[in-house]
Amino acid sequence: MPEEGKNAMADNVKKMKPIWFFVGLVLLVMGAVITATGLYDLLAGVESKTVLARLHPSVWWGGLMVVAGLIFVLANRNSTVD
Amino acid sequence: MQAIGLHAVDWFIILFYFAFIIGMGFYLKRYTKSEEDFFLAGRRNSAWVAALAFLSANMGALELLGMTGNTYKYGMYIAHFYWIGAIPAMLFLGIYMMPFYYSSRIKSVPGYLKLRFDEKTRVLNGISFAIMTLLVSGINLYAMALVLHTFLGWNWDVSMWASAITVAAYVTLSGLMSAIFTEIIQFFLIWFGLFLVSVLGIVEIGSVGEIMHRVPEAFSKLWSTSGSSAANGMMVTWGGIVLGLGFVLSFGYWTTDFLVVQRAFSAKNLRSARMTPIIASFFKVAVPFIVVVAGLIALVLAKDSNSGFALMRDGGKLNYDSALPMLIARYFPRGLIGLGITALLAGFMAGQAGNISAFNTVWTYDIYQSVINKKASPKHLLWMGRMATIVGIVFSVATAYWAKSMPTIMDYMQAIFSWVNAPLFATMLLGMFVKWITPNGAFWGLISGMGSSFALYLAVKFEWIQAGLLTLSKGPASDMAVNFWRAWWAWLICFTVTIVVSLFTKKRPEAELVGLVKGLTPKTVGEHIPWFKQPAFFAVLALIVLVLLNVYFW
Repeated sequence: MPEEGKNAMADNVKKMKPIWFFVGLVLLVMGAVITATGLYDLLAGVESKTVLARLHPSVWWGGLMVVAGLIFVLANRNSTVD
Repeated sequence: MQAIGLHAVDWFIILFYFAFIIGMGFYLKRYTKSEEDFFLAGRRNSAWVAALAFLSANMGALELLGMTGNTYKYGMYIAHFYWIGAIPAMLFLGIYMMPFYYSSRIKSVPGYLKLRFDEKTRVLNGISFAIMTLLVSGINLYAMALVLHTFLGWNWDVSMWASAITVAAYVTLSGLMSAIFTEIIQFFLIWFGLFLVSVLGIVEIGSVGEIMHRVPEAFSKLWSTSGSSAANGMMVTWGGIVLGLGFVLSFGYWTTDFLVVQRAFSAKNLRSARMTPIIASFFKVAVPFIVVVAGLIALVLAKDSNSGFALMRDGGKLNYDSALPMLIARYFPRGLIGLGITALLAGFMAGQAGNISAFNTVWTYDIYQSVINKKASPKHLLWMGRMATIVGIVFSVATAYWAKSMPTIMDYMQAIFSWVNAPLFATMLLGMFVKWITPNGAFWGLISGMGSSFALYLAVKFEWIQAGLLTLSKGPASDMAVNFWRAWWAWLICFTVTIVVSLFTKKRPEAELVGLVKGLTPKTVGEHIPWFKQPAFFAVLALIVLVLLNVYFW
């Protein structure tokens, strides 16, 4: 492979985001959607037929996912894989 | 049978996941330039990345559903699959076997057989592994479509083709790298999507102690009821658990199955490769907190007539696999239902991608390059890997349709693992630790082990012999107990034949075995690393956790 081709490939590799960044994105988006749904159901008084619905698991579990997602995204926002 | 209903928000989460992983495939394609990028993810993964992928490749949705259902059926004995049936083997791989695998720079497990023994042993294992992987992949696809149809009412063909095409797309684009990325995302989705079931179940019933109090005593113990096969739900004795599951099946799978070992090969250096199964062992220990706890919760609720909880029934028979989906439907409101279903879908597809990425590597290096086109260029091999991915998916789909038209083949598939992995572990063990084992000894040992495992399976199935002859027990024996013991006999036959044939056949010169066999390899591993950073230190910690858990639930 020509030298400049190798350099170009090395540059590309350096720019790759680590998997943890993408894990954070998935958790953040899904967590936000779940929390928002839970909050809407709570505030609008939508009745759920599930057992333990009074604990509103969507709100706190979705919130936990948002926090975990944010940690992963912020900790890896400037990271790249060597 | 009432299917679980989904809302718009659940569909959004599911479709977001599909779009995300296909997007990942396109993103990672930019970094997949060489054959090493495609087949070994560029060998640049950290120990943590490789470890979570190593664990997730084995943590498919079928296993999660099946093991939760089996806990309902057999009780805590299912934890043996995660503890004694996994941890010692994973630690053995990291401490003793990985130096030989990783240092020889092989690209697959059959590649080691070529270096240590000869081409015919490699091709034999390559072909048997490729066939096993495609059959398992197809059966998984069939089972996935069946689960989605049963629990969600989805169209069988649409669910199967949608997941097959998605997996084909992202694995063809960026090979092992995308398989590993999706496996790690799957790991987090499974914990966030399914652990909540255990949390809410414990809250509803009161405590873990209350759950244990309300299940039969034999269902809450690990060892104290293993003295007699009649005293426990799995109808197995401690001998079957230790020899069959803890030794042969576990070591055969975790140390030789390329599907999982390939993840460790993707690590950036030897220390990371050794730490891969050791880090994974700590997470493996924790999996029963999802599946076993959920299975016991389902059992407690089903026995309580006021709970309104029951498993699904198929033709009058309890569908044990429905335990986890029924708990999801019981506890999860809209939004969380989508997360739970996505976690299962992610598990299905990551398992599929794991099989296909292992298949394309073994096909390309150990069959195509080894037998068909010895002079293939790296660029051609990369192309062949992509083609093998597509062809592998097509074969999987064909196998899935075959299984659909003839469901009895599912019974035969249960035996596949012990045909290939159990004898292979004997070959590997002798190959790595005994220098006078010969190529012909390894080859005929493998043939004998695989053949005897298959023959014993048929003999028990068609009642040519009594199952008790295999299990050394006069009491009843479950299919699982017979599987454990069959694996042990296949291992022992392979082990014995390999030694006997090696005594009478030509050995390879010792100079050719340096770096491949213990005793002929200088110790260079971790000489300058402090003891508290050594893989052995973490392995001892994992063993301590394992012993404490077994004693606590004795």
